[in-house]
Amino acid sequence: MNEPNEQISIVMAGHVDHGKSTVIGRLLADIGALPKGKLEQVQAMCRRNARPFEYAFLLDALKDEQAQGITIDAARCFFRTEKRHYTLIDAPGHIEFLKNMITGASRAEAALLTIDAKEGVRENSKRHGYMLSMLGLRQLAVLVNKMDLVDYSQEVFDRIRAEYTAFLGRLGIVSVSFIPVSGMQGVNIAARSSATPWYTGPTLLEQIDGFQRREFPHALPFRLPVQDIYKFTEQGDERRIVTGTIETGTIAVGDAVVFQPSGKTSRVASIEYFNGPVKQTAAAGEAPGFTLDTQIYIKPGEWMVRQGEPPLQVGTRFRVNLFWMGRAPMIRDQVYKLKLGALRSPVKLVQVLAVLDATELGTVVDKQQVDRHDVAEVILETPKPVAFDEVSAIEQTGRLVIVDNNEIAGAGIILAGVAARESTLQEHIRAREIAWKSSAISTVERSAAYGHGAKFVVFTSADAAVGEAFARALERNLFALKFKAYYLGMENVTRGLDADLRPDGDLRDTPIRRLGELARILTDSGQIFITSVSDVDDYDLKTLELLNSPHEILTINIGENRFSEFGPSLNLDATADIAQGVGRVCELLRQKHVILEYQI
Amino acid sequence: MNPLDKLEATSVHILRESYREFKSLVMLWSIGKDSTVLLWLARKAFFGHVPFPLMHVDTHFKIPEMIAYRDRLALELHLDLIVGQNKPALDAKQTFPDGKLSRMACCRSLKSEALKHTLSGEWPRLRMDHDAGRLVEEKHPEPFTGVIVGARADEEGSRSKERYFSARDQQHEWDVGDQPPELWKQYKTDFAPGTHVRIHPLLDWTELNIWEYIERENIPIISLYFDRGEGRRYRSLGCFPCTSPVESTARNVSEIIGELRSGKFADIAERSGREQDKEDGGGLETLRRGGYM
Repeated sequence: MNEPNEQISIVMAGHVDHGKSTVIGRLLADIGALPKGKLEQVQAMCRRNARPFEYAFLLDALKDEQAQGITIDAARCFFRTEKRHYTLIDAPGHIEFLKNMITGASRAEAALLTIDAKEGVRENSKRHGYMLSMLGLRQLAVLVNKMDLVDYSQEVFDRIRAEYTAFLGRLGIVSVSFIPVSGMQGVNIAARSSATPWYTGPTLLEQIDGFQRREFPHALPFRLPVQDIYKFTEQGDERRIVTGTIETGTIAVGDAVVFQPSGKTSRVASIEYFNGPVKQTAAAGEAPGFTLDTQIYIKPGEWMVRQGEPPLQVGTRFRVNLFWMGRAPMIRDQVYKLKLGALRSPVKLVQVLAVLDATELGTVVDKQQVDRHDVAEVILETPKPVAFDEVSAIEQTGRLVIVDNNEIAGAGIILAGVAARESTLQEHIRAREIAWKSSAISTVERSAAYGHGAKFVVFTSADAAVGEAFARALERNLFALKFKAYYLGMENVTRGLDADLRPDGDLRDTPIRRLGELARILTDSGQIFITSVSDVDDYDLKTLELLNSPHEILTINIGENRFSEFGPSLNLDATADIAQGVGRVCELLRQKHVILEYQI
Repeated sequence: MNPLDKLEATSVHILRESYREFKSLVMLWSIGKDSTVLLWLARKAFFGHVPFPLMHVDTHFKIPEMIAYRDRLALELHLDLIVGQNKPALDAKQTFPDGKLSRMACCRSLKSEALKHTLSGEWPRLRMDHDAGRLVEEKHPEPFTGVIVGARADEEGSRSKERYFSARDQQHEWDVGDQPPELWKQYKTDFAPGTHVRIHPLLDWTELNIWEYIERENIPIISLYFDRGEGRRYRSLGCFPCTSPVESTARNVSEIIGELRSGKFADIAERSGREQDKEDGGGLETLRRGGYM
């Protein structure tokens, strides 16, 4: 046999007890793909335990599974035909193990689904069909199994085919064949059988050899989820390498690129690959590294796209078709963690539009939460804008998962971006300001009494210690002039005001929000409120500015300017003399009429 | 992309995801062909660097050439090598070769227990001192929360059920029935304190893929895998009392590939030379639920 240089993964799905493992076991035995002695070993074990031999035992290698007679987890088996290598994923049919079925199916390029000829189409026959469609599988062959139990009746076969075809049609799956088989008797598995003279289609073996391989989508726009940025300085390595696995499209050295959502731009200087020839291009499926011709600051989680190609959408709200696996329901006003490409972000459920009964499709249940095993159309919202594609445009980059309490609890596809009239933050500020009870003492009265105006001064720097040093020096200087200045470091907020935050869900947004609210109050009291933050982006600064309104913010960046849109009021060199730097900040405060005069 | 390119890209992606998500990461290294490929893939993922330590659990009964090879390679590639051992059991001669334990109990003690306590930092760890050129006891061993392991799904039944990112509880136990979903390159990377995760970048590789990749990349490999004139070679490396060489005259990588593709090993399971797998119906599964690799 020539060694085939092609490989494909196929998943076997279907309702519990409809004979998935038996069909696979039989296929392996009939095409001689079992390791020598495996069949005899399992037969001997059955004799020892006084149990009738079943082909399924070949697959259900785990003791638990043999005891219960069901497949708990997706098992993979490897075999080859004349044509190519196969990985066949045996997915469990029991509802309890749906997340295992999804794990198996998401790794496959084509699917087989068994339906028991005697039992007919059951709940999970449909649910699995629905899941396969949502996971993006478009090639499906339905095996009407246990035909021996219905005397190989063409009528039974035709009835099941008609019923299930109608169901699949609604899901948009059309590339389907139906095969009457008996795993137990080996009918139409590896060889055609005289038991079904009325059937002229392919055997199971012919069908799997007929599945098309899913090609990597080279023709689509280039999408690289930025997984990480490396700089390993050992042994004098100076490369700063952007890495990730390319989802779609192609790219070449010299191409201009844009990072989303930050909007920063650069150009590919080199494509990095260890122990291989120098590459000029890279394409979907590959996981190379890239160096850029300018040193821009980007973070893991952004997307690298090619200039001139359609970009991703950027927004905070999107409509999603969501499947929920979590034990606890998904509810509104709880913060979850979103994973979309390489991005991790907090996310909230804003609205449940419809909950579909996956077995009937179209039954709309009026619910305000998403329960385990529900498929729901929902609107999700992130605190900061994120970049995504609609799944109808680019399937690979319109997919997300939701993490609840450390577990992947939901999986979804993005149907469309939803334009928010105003962000939740703007809504909140408007409502807050309307309700704000102003003090009887006016801002002008306070300024006159204190001898200076109020201001929120924010230092930003890559190195937290540097920003803090400048901020503290400013506080000391203003205080020496008898001004009411106060410095607050983030660490004091973390252990106090923010002590209640969950580290997984709230990430960085809630601390920023609380700092902004605090600034609103302290500037209202007439003080010069100083803080320093590191690792913040444009959006964080914008949030602080909004929250501090109607008062103004002054932003002093120290070192490399990492902001793209939100320019700082002043940019200082990280190695600058602190006293000189403070002088420049004071001069700025004077220009803004916060203070009348100063001295260093 | 050919199948090896695809396997490589997936493994590289998983290694980078581990490095991004786990602050305290370690890679298990058994000197065998799988962990040698794993080490190579780490250098692929991190562009020639290996940015985390490698840990070897030394049962004291390893084929002696393995230990010499380990130390030589660690020094040559400047690897951060950590070695752990169940010293109390060895000192008390509570082992299978000493006639005190069954093969399974010996594995559990010299491998699973040693692994568990070396990972947690409770037992002494030796660490390669590159200036001195030898292993020295580590001062303040820290616990590791992410452990990269070279297990493959085709090795045996229970490994075929594994996840790329697989949770273990405080006792290192594995709940096969309740594993996290993995889809669309999204894995379980969030963990409660006290738990740790096994990461399996080689899950999709077969034994044949491993050898094809070693050939393609020209990866140096320990010579125990080759026949050196005695008509025998090791197909799988372990402790010498429990691992037998196979009859084979394959002298190099391409002859091994020939044997696996259509020759004498095309249909014989790889671990057939490992005695502990045969002790009860599912020896390896029982071991793995208790923390074995």
